[in-house]
Amino acid sequence: MNKMPKILKTPLSEEVVRGLKLGETVYMEGVVYTGRDEVHLHALEYLEKGKKLPVEFKGCALFHCGPIMRKTGDKWQAVAAGPTTSSRMNSLEPLFIEKFRPGAIIGKGGMSQPTVDAMKTYGCVYLAITGGAAVLAAQGIKSVSGVEWFELGMPEAIWILNTENFGPLTVAMDAHGNSLYADVNAKVKENEKKARQKLGLA
Amino acid sequence: MVTEEDIQNATVELLRKTVVKLPADVEEALRKAYASETDEVPRMQMKTIVDNIDMALKGNTPMCQDTGVTIFYASLPKDCKVDVEKGIVEGVRKATKEVPLRPNAVHPLTRKNPGDNVGERMPFINWKVHGKDYIEITVMTKGAGSENMSQLAMLTPTQGLKGIKEFILGAVLKAGSNPCPPTILGIGLGGSSDIAMKLAKEALLRPINQRHKDPEIAKLETDLLEAINMLGIGPMGLGGKTTCLGLNIEYAYCHTASLPVGLNVQCWAGRRGTVRIYPDGRTAYPTHER
Repeated sequence: MNKMPKILKTPLSEEVVRGLKLGETVYMEGVVYTGRDEVHLHALEYLEKGKKLPVEFKGCALFHCGPIMRKTGDKWQAVAAGPTTSSRMNSLEPLFIEKFRPGAIIGKGGMSQPTVDAMKTYGCVYLAITGGAAVLAAQGIKSVSGVEWFELGMPEAIWILNTENFGPLTVAMDAHGNSLYADVNAKVKENEKKARQKLGLA
Repeated sequence: MVTEEDIQNATVELLRKTVVKLPADVEEALRKAYASETDEVPRMQMKTIVDNIDMALKGNTPMCQDTGVTIFYASLPKDCKVDVEKGIVEGVRKATKEVPLRPNAVHPLTRKNPGDNVGERMPFINWKVHGKDYIEITVMTKGAGSENMSQLAMLTPTQGLKGIKEFILGAVLKAGSNPCPPTILGIGLGGSSDIAMKLAKEALLRPINQRHKDPEIAKLETDLLEAINMLGIGPMGLGGKTTCLGLNIEYAYCHTASLPVGLNVQCWAGRRGTVRIYPDGRTAYPTHER
């Protein structure tokens, strides 16, 4: 706990991403894009139609987040910006990673095996940030440099965030096919037997 | 006399208090959970949660960006003349701008977002008439991550107690890391399909350190909670001791041929708030007095 925390700077190189260890704590610095359900749908639709995206996702940190933003004058400010449930993006993330090559996905709850596999193939990690801890997360957002696809609504737009000391983030799925969630699930399966016994279930 | 504007102002203040500060029982359970975790990963998750509670309070900021959809429970005096519904609706609109709340309410098919958390049947208000002289409004700001894990089971009477336990355990396992554990579980037993779900949500309005007055129901609450906390899903599903902070059950008599069971899942941020508006316009916030 008293080690100096590791700082990751965006854009992320594949070498840095592949060097991250499962369970390690890191902090983010640089540009982070928010993107959840609608951004995934839209980005893949743009690709299909050959349309140019408003941001470059290569090597980026994509944050599964629909923040509360406040506009003062012409400037946006992040009020609360915790993660959303990543598993909602399970069906689109493998293709998103293949086509756009982000370096890190930041979210909560983890993602399914096809995403773990895509992360291994293309060099990407999943960084877990504590769900609901939205004020703490917003403190790591120093400024907001813009918003794209605002017509999708405040939670669903792409917010361009400039971060510093953004975290703590736990490397919960690495770029080598490992997942903390899979490890926990294996233990939960074992523990389930004790829980069933306690409840008098066969 | 209480005016529509009084209701509106009280609603704004109620929503502000509710999204910024947790009720005492939930906060206490979270601090206990933090103290009980020993491994580094779950300890850090709980520390972040507890730190975030303090920061939200200090900055008068919503603790979570998902300020939910607004589910209200309004209890009115018998001779209530003021338009409480309009006061609540306008209060939600104003709070969305002023607190601020995230504009979450969208059309279910077109997904069009009006931007003010007001739309067809939203905010949703459950009505009751009570024998008191004050208007009481309770709100739950219910986030989607946990709500999406809620379930209904239409069990058969022969499945009985075992069936109930199987269903709840299965639902918790299926939800896993998704609902922002450590969770609070509300369970509705009996009634009919809709009543079981309604009771499941209402169960979340009771403080989690109060057991049901019926000892048999209270025992089921304790047994299920203990078993769920043996699973090791842990804070944020990253492993650890605390998977569930509290579990409340409410019941209603049901048809002899059926056994409906509703489960409403609440994330660690168990936000609920109550305001009482007295005939002279005075207000009190019993959930947020400390």
